[in-house]
Amino acid sequence: MASDNAILVADDRTPASLRRKIQEARLPWIPLAILAIILFCAIFANLVSPHDPGEKDVFNKLQPPFQSAEHILGTDRLGKDMLSRLIYGARTMLQVTAPSMVVAILAGTVVGLVSGYSGRWVDSVLMRITDAVLGFPSILVALLIVTYLGTGVWNVMIAIAATQWARFARMIRGEVLAIRDRDFVVLAQIYGVSSGMIVWRHLFPNVINTLMVLTSVSVGQVILLEASLSFLGLGLRPGDPAWGILVAEGREFLTQAWWIALFPGILITVVVMAFNFFGDWLRDYLDPRLRRAG
Amino acid sequence: MWQFIGIRVLQGIFTLLVISLLVFLATRLTGDPALVLLPPEASSKADYERVRKQLGLDKSLPEQYIIFLRGAVKGDFGLSIRDRRPTRDLLLERLPATLQLALAGMALAVVIGVPLGILSAVKRDSIFDKGGKLFAVLGMAAPQFWVAIMLILLFGAILKLLPTYGREGPENFILPSFVLAWSIMAGIMRLGRSSMLEVLDSDYVRFARIKGLKDGMVVWKHALRNALIPILTFSGISLAGLLNGAIVVEQVFAWPGLGRLMLDGVLQRNFPVVQAAVMASAFFYILTALIVDILYVYADPRIRH
Repeated sequence: MASDNAILVADDRTPASLRRKIQEARLPWIPLAILAIILFCAIFANLVSPHDPGEKDVFNKLQPPFQSAEHILGTDRLGKDMLSRLIYGARTMLQVTAPSMVVAILAGTVVGLVSGYSGRWVDSVLMRITDAVLGFPSILVALLIVTYLGTGVWNVMIAIAATQWARFARMIRGEVLAIRDRDFVVLAQIYGVSSGMIVWRHLFPNVINTLMVLTSVSVGQVILLEASLSFLGLGLRPGDPAWGILVAEGREFLTQAWWIALFPGILITVVVMAFNFFGDWLRDYLDPRLRRAG
Repeated sequence: MWQFIGIRVLQGIFTLLVISLLVFLATRLTGDPALVLLPPEASSKADYERVRKQLGLDKSLPEQYIIFLRGAVKGDFGLSIRDRRPTRDLLLERLPATLQLALAGMALAVVIGVPLGILSAVKRDSIFDKGGKLFAVLGMAAPQFWVAIMLILLFGAILKLLPTYGREGPENFILPSFVLAWSIMAGIMRLGRSSMLEVLDSDYVRFARIKGLKDGMVVWKHALRNALIPILTFSGISLAGLLNGAIVVEQVFAWPGLGRLMLDGVLQRNFPVVQAAVMASAFFYILTALIVDILYVYADPRIRH
């Protein structure tokens, strides 16, 4: 038996088998490539971008795109290079959405695990709060937070985390309810394993798939929320390289300089679409049962 | 059935209470409302005390909350800081515009989405099917504020066909309601397509075909009626989301609705107005969700228990 397994494992690692596995998975290559490029630009923005995003070329203000090699995508009203601002915009998006998503996922997972495993009044209280958050449009929560705490990146991040955790909590709790009476959990309880250990070692590993699927499905919406808040002037300061802000700036020069508003919008759409396609694929791949959910 | 409705109503009221508590505490915790509300020309200690008393800030927190709730039920959140008008009047003035826009958006989504969905189902895997899918997916991913601006550029600035701001006539509705509609069309089209495929595959449609009825007749008379139920429910759910999306769309098209009132309030730190607008939006959001849930149970006896 043991040797059989060993052979199987060894066989699994041969390149031919790996290649077949990847082929069978039918990976969404185009979305993955897009996301890889955006991620690369975000991380290496300082190396990739042709100019500093704040650098003003005063002799070439509002230059249309595809006119010079110097500014391929044109310049804005201060002569800042659009391509560079877009590339740095990818970095801004990553800096704002990634940490807030991590906080939302952590908080949601903890609430979901605790709520599902403890049951009784803890579950009731936590789930009523979760329902209250879910039963309320996220942009309103964000507006409320920004009203009282003021505008700024940090408050936008707080707003994203404060609205997104609830979906994770709801979903994880449902998963926990489905597995907490299974034999391996009950046996662990009989053995006297502590609650914390049961949650960590036995429940958590079983909800990771759901967690990954929900994350990839939510990212697109979070990016849209962040862009909307920036556009409305509630996030970063005007002039900062964020796609939402660029669209807002472009709006003022719409008739003279259409390119300022056009390009960042296309980028947001493409990135959100890539995430949505990837999320759909991951859902189908990891858990066909989820195919019809949310 | 009645028990279900009762529980849902209680849940809705609870959510509203949580939100009201949040709104109430937020003002008290993040600074002194009396200082914010103090008119700029008055600055003496006596004026400050008078404003405090006027706002009831000398009472205990629970008492203040009860007073706040009592006002909230009537839409009364005090006077707008900017023009000293009662928030209640502002709400009543702005509400119709937002409701009209959301309803127009929903209607447009159904009017475009359902036929497109049916077309994709009837002509499965054709160019219509693929094109329709792309259209739907794009609508879901494109940020509303950007779509709105691009439409203004195309139909307002370049083609000069449609008005791009304000709310004078019916033609003012076209662009903003399309932006709202496009974002929810994906769901309506997908539902229309899948339920149509299901119905087309059912025995009674096959029987109608065997009977020799024409294809068009089968689709429109026999199949459509049964495909409509889930679409209508979904449209209801989306209406709640549309009230949400209205904030951005109203801002771009200078639409004098609740969303714009709220955003202006936020940017001017006009707390009473923000409170009023947030509570009103929350109320309509929760009310819509509640009505849809109840209609859903009514329409589909299978989930009654």
